[in-house]
Amino acid sequence: MSQEITVTPIQQVTREPSWVRWLLIGLGVGWFVLLLLLPLATIFVQAFKQGLTVFFAAISEPDALKALGLTALVTLLSVPLNLVFGVSAAWAIARFRFPGRQLLITLIDLPFSVSPVVAGLMFVLLFGSRGWFGPWLSEHDIKIIFSTPGIILATTFITLPFVVRELLPQMEARGSEEEEAAMVLGASGLQMFWRVTLPSIRWSLMYGLLLSTARAVGEFGAVSVVSGHIRGQTNTLPLHIEILYNEYQTSAAFAVATLLALFGIFTLLGETLLARLRGPAGH
Amino acid sequence: MRFRSYSVLPGFGPTLGFSLLYLGLMVLLPISALVLYSITHLSAAEFWQVVSEPRVVASFKLSFLASLAAALINSLFGLILAWILVRYEFPGRRLIDTLIDLPFAMPTAVSGIALCAIFANNGWIGKLLAPWGIELAYNPIGIVIALTFIGLPFVVRTLQPVLKESERELEEAAASLGANRLQTFVRVIWPGLVPALLTGFALAFARAIGEYGSVIFIAGNLPMVSEIAPLMIMSHLEEYDYAGASAIAVVMLAFSFALLLLINKLQAWSWQRIGGVRA
Repeated sequence: MSQEITVTPIQQVTREPSWVRWLLIGLGVGWFVLLLLLPLATIFVQAFKQGLTVFFAAISEPDALKALGLTALVTLLSVPLNLVFGVSAAWAIARFRFPGRQLLITLIDLPFSVSPVVAGLMFVLLFGSRGWFGPWLSEHDIKIIFSTPGIILATTFITLPFVVRELLPQMEARGSEEEEAAMVLGASGLQMFWRVTLPSIRWSLMYGLLLSTARAVGEFGAVSVVSGHIRGQTNTLPLHIEILYNEYQTSAAFAVATLLALFGIFTLLGETLLARLRGPAGH
Repeated sequence: MRFRSYSVLPGFGPTLGFSLLYLGLMVLLPISALVLYSITHLSAAEFWQVVSEPRVVASFKLSFLASLAAALINSLFGLILAWILVRYEFPGRRLIDTLIDLPFAMPTAVSGIALCAIFANNGWIGKLLAPWGIELAYNPIGIVIALTFIGLPFVVRTLQPVLKESERELEEAAASLGANRLQTFVRVIWPGLVPALLTGFALAFARAIGEYGSVIFIAGNLPMVSEIAPLMIMSHLEEYDYAGASAIAVVMLAFSFALLLLINKLQAWSWQRIGGVRA
């Protein structure tokens, strides 16, 4: 009696049957189109619905330009602040061991888990007219809430963890041998930083900067609480979109939204490029 | 005990000092301001009165349940997306891989009005379901849609590295020992994915609880029906009731703390499983 032996190649037994594969791809791609691609597409369709004139009028109107200027100012101040903090905190945490180190990391993560509205409220309770420092501030005629400084503070709080969070894993993974060698060979602290540390963390640093910039430009909840929505004065671009939308100027709202959407798309392309540049060691 | 072990590397004092000062001013001071405000401006009874008001309780319930539903939906579709992105080749794979982070890169207000434009009754998707009397916007369903949108990248991005690093040899071993594909998935692949899936779920859930911008346009914001917890803070603020707003915020803050601790534990577990080193 002879027995037939069938040999199945290993690729076949460690892969799903092709109907399962196509079903999963169909479900995944379908979900992606429904939840991500359609909303993205609709921004551009809605923006041009009433023609180019309405579109260009909406993005060149004085209030829109002022909102754009304020968004740029806030981003250009809050992102560098967190950059300096991020590098310094990552250096202390990744290169030294000290009691309370883990607690410090948790503290840095906090702004990620606090609701933006709660974050905004914290600053209102500190600097608002009825907040802790409110009476003192009004005595000295300093305005923080319902004004630009409040928006900068809230945005800085929200974007605080991004740079540290990108730098820490990379610096931990790389170790400190090269930096120690530089010091032993007689480099000064600054020389070591510029020639050894910075080149090794540059792509992660850029990645963190990109993420914090995107968040700073688009922050809505926290800024909404501290801004007071004064048109042409304390409106950032996202707040300006909200106002237009609530006034039923839908096309204008979407026209301004396309600017932010384009910025978002560039962020994604930048992320992809940087992820490739820093290689698999980055994460 | 010495404060730190000796190292030739410079700058410990200044960098740690600056970081502590910065964190103290930017994070600890605002948080203490919030907690102290609710303690000094409200008695325990008043605090309880604010947070047990039916409208506020309804908003807590809604935020919790909608976030839970969204995180569950994301766990399912996030797993499918991570799986096909890592394991299969198909046209459009790299485009999808790039655009998965869209909810992070897009300002939440922009996402909010875009979702509204699609799922409202006159939108591309809403139009298809309106004839059957199914409404997707301006009710709790709309909130779940927005929260699902905002949470998707967390699950996909937590699962992807784990799937990439999982050992295919184990699957081959299972197959050569006679397991069929389903058995291999359930017994070999799935246990390795659980910690990362739970982490992704918790991250998506935590983000959804506090989310404001993408929800507020599609929610409709009807009292007792579709008001989320952050909106209740807003409405107390608009009435200049700082104390009331701070009470609701303290409850949300406590919940966020608990979730953050849970996520830290989950992440440590998840990294342990794949044998990686955690920062």
